[in-house]
This record gives sequence, structure tokens and C-alpha cells, in this order.
Amino acid sequence: MKKLPLYLTVGVLVAAGLSLILYKVLVLGFPLQPDKERSIWTVQARFTVDGHTRPVKAILQVLSSTPGFTVLDENFVSRGFGLTIVEEEGTREAQWAIRRAAGRQTFYYQAVVTTELSGAVEAPAPIGLVSERLEEPYATAAEAVVAQVRAQSADVPTFTAELLRHLNDPEPDENTALFLASGRSLGQRVEIAVSLLLAGDIPARAAYGLVLEEGERHAQFSPVLEVWEGDSWLWFDPATGEEGLPENVLIWWDGDKPLIDVVGGSNPEVEISTWRNTVDALQLAEQRADAGNSRVLDFSLLRLPIQIQAVYQILLLVPVGAFMMVLLRNVIGVKTFGTFMPILVALAFRETRLVAGLILFVLVVALGMGLRFLLDRLRLLLVPRLAAVLVLVVLCLLAVSILSHQLELERGLSVALFPLVILTIAIERMSIVWEEVGPAEAIKQGLGTLAVSALAYLVMSLDQVEYMVFVFPESLLLILALILLLGRYSGYRLLELVRFKALGGEDA
Amino acid sequence: MLELPRRLRERGVLGINRRNAEYVRLWNPRRLYPLVDDKLRTKQLAIAAGMPVPELYAVVTAQHDIRNLPEVLKNRQQFVVKPAHGSGGNGILVITGKQGDLYLKSSGAVIDWAELNHHISNALSGLYSLGGQRDKVLVEYFVQSEAELEKISYRGVPDIRLIVYRGYPVMAMIRLPTHLSDGKANLHLGAVGVGIDLSQGVTLQGVQGIEVVESHPDTGNQLAGLEIPHWDRILRMSAECFEMTGLGYLGVDLVLDQKHGPLILELNARPGLAIQIANSTGLRSRLELIDEHADSTDTLENRLAFSRQHFAA
Repeated sequence: MKKLPLYLTVGVLVAAGLSLILYKVLVLGFPLQPDKERSIWTVQARFTVDGHTRPVKAILQVLSSTPGFTVLDENFVSRGFGLTIVEEEGTREAQWAIRRAAGRQTFYYQAVVTTELSGAVEAPAPIGLVSERLEEPYATAAEAVVAQVRAQSADVPTFTAELLRHLNDPEPDENTALFLASGRSLGQRVEIAVSLLLAGDIPARAAYGLVLEEGERHAQFSPVLEVWEGDSWLWFDPATGEEGLPENVLIWWDGDKPLIDVVGGSNPEVEISTWRNTVDALQLAEQRADAGNSRVLDFSLLRLPIQIQAVYQILLLVPVGAFMMVLLRNVIGVKTFGTFMPILVALAFRETRLVAGLILFVLVVALGMGLRFLLDRLRLLLVPRLAAVLVLVVLCLLAVSILSHQLELERGLSVALFPLVILTIAIERMSIVWEEVGPAEAIKQGLGTLAVSALAYLVMSLDQVEYMVFVFPESLLLILALILLLGRYSGYRLLELVRFKALGGEDA
Repeated sequence: MLELPRRLRERGVLGINRRNAEYVRLWNPRRLYPLVDDKLRTKQLAIAAGMPVPELYAVVTAQHDIRNLPEVLKNRQQFVVKPAHGSGGNGILVITGKQGDLYLKSSGAVIDWAELNHHISNALSGLYSLGGQRDKVLVEYFVQSEAELEKISYRGVPDIRLIVYRGYPVMAMIRLPTHLSDGKANLHLGAVGVGIDLSQGVTLQGVQGIEVVESHPDTGNQLAGLEIPHWDRILRMSAECFEMTGLGYLGVDLVLDQKHGPLILELNARPGLAIQIANSTGLRSRLELIDEHADSTDTLENRLAFSRQHFAA
């Protein structure tokens, strides 16, 4: 058979590609889908304080029992300070101390946490959570409130919910109002709830939760009410009285201590940031591969420096685009300017997003063509004219960026990411077709190019596609195999069917 | 959905992919392409083989040669400017009259020397050549259309396209300029293609774009039934191009001149497929018939006889 060598090559490529992918998935445990990634979060506290050439002691509450999360890693960073970690009564604090500190001092606390690996939530039993002796008239009022709430509830959860309902009542009864008189912020209501629960012999404490959000630079804590129910902790949202801890809330610390405390320093400030790490699930797989001494990972993309990885994240998509071109040109039969120009335009769309990209592209090409026709009157030779168009394209890009900045259109700024030379060539070829064949054909081919670019962009920006080529670069072997197969496709192109329709009529 | 491709296959319609994979790639060795891609070389080759071509007035190979042109052309009222590597009729400028510094284009527009100079200089820079390499420019005789063909054309000169496979003429059509194609005989510009019965040289139906047309869209004249003059010579010349170039799958373009009869205009190593619509016949069945019968020792006479016998309408 004439095609035997082709099929053999394709078979080898498919076998090699598939077996590498299967090895990575089945043996090394690489996830096949991007959303199979484990959500791993990094939380960071940046703690600053002014020193005054005196001994300074800075105290930061750090993660201790983190219900629903597992702490994978913790880092404490400071310059020249001694560090002590103090754990007592279910709280945990980092104490940085130094004999003399002058100027602004900075401490970092960083922790990596994940939801995925944690098993059953460990519940350290409450220690030392007993009611303080309350002054009158608070003692009597507390007794009354507890009695009333107890009468309206059956167990700890309903007691807590009922208590919170009392505290959240816009028109509280006299006894409750007495407690609320000192203030009714969320934090204060939690404090009151804790002392009333303790007065009712239910161990309770305040906890401070952090909502994990991607790329948050100034995260705020929200107080949560923690109640002990015989064998485990329950969490209540003090604002609504609802039981349960939302999945994305990390309890940072509990108890009545403040987050930070400073002795000998002034002006303490703390800034909390949270971010998500996307490739960490792979790192887990990598760590596993390391443990198993697998050599495959030594040759993995994930071992390259981050900047190089970022380059390959884009480069690896080019073969996907090339495959699309083969499909669109040889199987569908679409005409475009330049064979691979649409891929480059599609890559630019990745930065600008589709709609903005399309608008900007049309805008710049239209402007450039207008200017090129003006240039044509000067009768320049080809290369100088191309160079002149190139300069004009840069100016057009600049104009579009400045204008869109003035109009506060963020996307317009990204126009600079369009490949310059590609734009210039597009303009030149389009104006030739415009002159030689007519505007209709030029616009038709221009739209064809845009449509193909848009389609290539849509495919290339699929999360699954991006993930597959990056994590499993060997999938390019499969793409290569497909391209080789299509290379011998000798059937009709889809648009030829339209072209030859007259020949396929019933009576022809 | 799959009905149309099946019917097209049954009728032997050739698609681009199959043309490239099974005919062009197999029968046209890459090294022979320059013979037909460069119109100057084609012309020289044809002259060497004793075939008639439009007379060459001048060749411009460098920018500074352009200024000698007015002197060379001073006795010519009409001429055609053609980039040697132009494809699909791109860059061809037809001058039908001259008055001092002013030139009359076939479209009726008047340009001055500076504009003509600019056009030639663009062509030299490779504006019209594939890949944009430097090019040469030919200035040649402006063909006077045969009176017989004037009836079915509209401004401009019709040309005749034959597909020649392994030296056998396979299919033919005549391309008629229209108002839409601006006097050019290029189908993709809107010229009408009319199929030709290979055995008799008589026109069949026409096609414009992908639509079948019965009469010329501008003149309204009936397209079918016209006898092409010099058909014998045309067939023979086209078949001889196989020996001349060595290309097994060839498109031969000829024109009919009032004075000189059929002239070879250019050759094409990747001839288009619209000829099938103009003849409402698929190429593939004819090509396969030739593959069954062809023998490398076939004489020209035998090939012509075979084609005339089997490829009547």
C-alpha cells in the first residue's frame, strides 16, 4: 500500500504520545483536567511596626487549628529578630523579639493551606473556657437572657441560634439591650454571645475567619462564633445565625486576643494577602514522582524557570493553531491572508480578548489601509513603502492606545500586543487585493482571516486545550499525527461542494 | 448531507486536494515549475520549440531600465505590461493607445508615464509575485481578438484554457472577459468560462462564478454552438506543451490573434478546477481513462486522436 509508511508513522506517534500521557496519568497521578487541580492557597500576613532603639516584641496570632484546611507549609520571616512560637489554650502565636530595633520593622508570616488533603476535622477540646464572674447588673441580666433563650431552644445549636436572633433583633428586650449598650458591631456581638454562652455553661469563643479570594491584597477578617457541642466545634455566622463554616473561610485564630500585639514599638500595621496557586496539584504529582524516582519528570516543562514556562504556555498553543489551519484550509477550504497569519492574530486575541481584539484589529487595519492608499500617491518603491506602512501601524497602535486610555477603555491598551509585522503585511496584501480584484474580495478575505483567527482563538483558549498541551506536551505528537493524516486527505473540501453544486444536480 | 459528495464522486469531479495529491504532486516535478512560473522562460522555451507566442518587445529587469522604455516603445501604440511571475492575472496592464506622455488603458482610463513607471517599478519589487521576490517585467504584443470571438466577448481578449494530462488534451474552455471582470479573462474576477467540445471545438454552456449561464451577461449573445477557429492547431499546440515542459498535468492558455492565429500565452502547473463546471463534466473520470490507456510511447497523433474520440461533449 502506498499509504503504509504514513500509517506506520502515525501509529508510532500516537503510540508514543498516548503511552506517555497514560504513564503520567495512571502512574504519576497527573490530573487530566484543569479543574481536577487541588485548590492550594497561600495566605500571608505582612506585619510592620516602628522601632525606637528599644527592645521590641511583636506578637502575631498564626494558624493553629484550621477546620477544613490542612497547613502544608509555614514560613516566618524577619530580619535579626528571635522567633518563638507559643501555643497555649488552643491559640498559637508567633513572638518576634529583639534587643534594639530602629526604624520600620517588617515581619512576614506565610502559610500554604489546602482543603483537599484534610481528613476529619480534628477537634481539640476546649480548655479554660469558663464564665468570668459578671458584675451586676450584668449577672442578673445574663441569667434572665439565658433562661429565656433556654426556654425557647432544645440543644446547643438551637440555643446558639436563638441567642444570636436575640442579639440581632433591631429592637432587643431590656436585658439584651443592656449588653448591646456598649456597642453592637459584629465583633462586639460575638463577644457578648461568647460571654452569654459561657454564662449558660456552654463553652464558646470568638474566631476570626478569612475569606479566601484569588489575588486579594487587603483581606479582612470576619468574626465567627465557635461553640463546643460535647464532642465537636460548631461555627455560627454571627450576622445571620446560620450554622456551618463556608468552604472558603479559613479560621486564622480564635480566642479573645487581638491579631497583633506590640511591646516597645509603635504604629503596628498588618496586611493580609491571599492567592491561589494553580500548578500546585501538579507539584503534588511531581513530589510523588520524585519519591518514586521517575525520570520522566526530569525532562518536564514544569522544571523550567517560570518565565520560560510562561513562554511555552503560548508556544505550545501554536501547533494547535496550525492544526486548525490545516483543518480550515484543506478540509473546509477557507481563504485567508497568509497561511499562518491567523494563528498569530489568534495569539494576540489571547491578550486582548476576542471582541476587543476584533474591533481593534479592524480599526488598525482600516486606518493603516487608508494611510497606505495615501502613501500610494507618493509612488514609493515596495520596501520603503512597507517600511513606511510599518511606521504608520506603530503610530496607529499608539493612537488607539492613547485614545482608549482617555476614554478609559482598558482593553484598548492591549492593542500593542498585536504582532506589528503581521499587521503591516495584512494591510499590504489586503490593499493589493483591494486594487486588483476589488473591495468586495478584499473584505471577504479579510473577514475570512478574522473568522479563522477568532475560531483558532476560541479553540486555543479552551482551558482543557491549554492545560493538555502544557502539562502533557506529548499530546503534540497526537496533533502531529492528525496533521499527517490530514496531509493525505484527498476528498472534497467543504466549500468545493458549494462550488461544484451545479455538477452534482439530480439531472446533470 | 453526504449525498452531494457521493454524487460528485460518481461524476468524477476532481477536488483541489486530490488534484494536488494525485496529479500535480505525482506528475509535475518541482524542478520544472520555474519553466512555467516565469513567463519569460515559458516564452523562450516556446520560441525554441517553434511555437507561436505574442512578440516580446522588451524585458525590464532593473529599476534603471525603466527609463529606456519610452524609447523602445516609441513606435508601439499598443502593448501589454506583464510581471514574469504574476499569478492569476495580477499586475497585467494593457495599453491600447498612446498620446505623447499619456497612455490609454484597456479599461478606458488614462495614465501618465509616471504612473506607468510606478506600476512597473512595483512589479519589479515583487508586488505581484508570490512570496514577493524580485521580478522581471515583460512588455509584449497586444493580441487582437479574432473576429469570430468578438461576438461573444465584451472588451478584452478571450483566452482558451486546455488541461493536458500526460500529453493528452483532456478538457477545454474559453474564458470571456465581462464588464464585471474589467476586460480581463480571469474567472475569479468574474469572466465567463465556456466549455468546449474537444472533438469539434464547439462551445457548450457557460459558467460565471459558480452559476451556469446560457448567454453572455453583457452582450446577451448565445454562448453555445460557436465554432472555435483553428481548433486543430490549438489542440496540437497544447499537446506539444507536454514534450516542451515535461509537466504531466498542465494548464495551457492560448489566445487567438486576428493576424497570427493561436498563440501560447502562458502555462500553468496548477490549473484551476472551474473548467469542470464550464463543461459540466468531472475531470477525474477523463484522467483515469487516460491512465488506463496511456503509454509513454504514444505519438502525438495517437494522443490527439484518442482525446478527440473520447472527450467529445
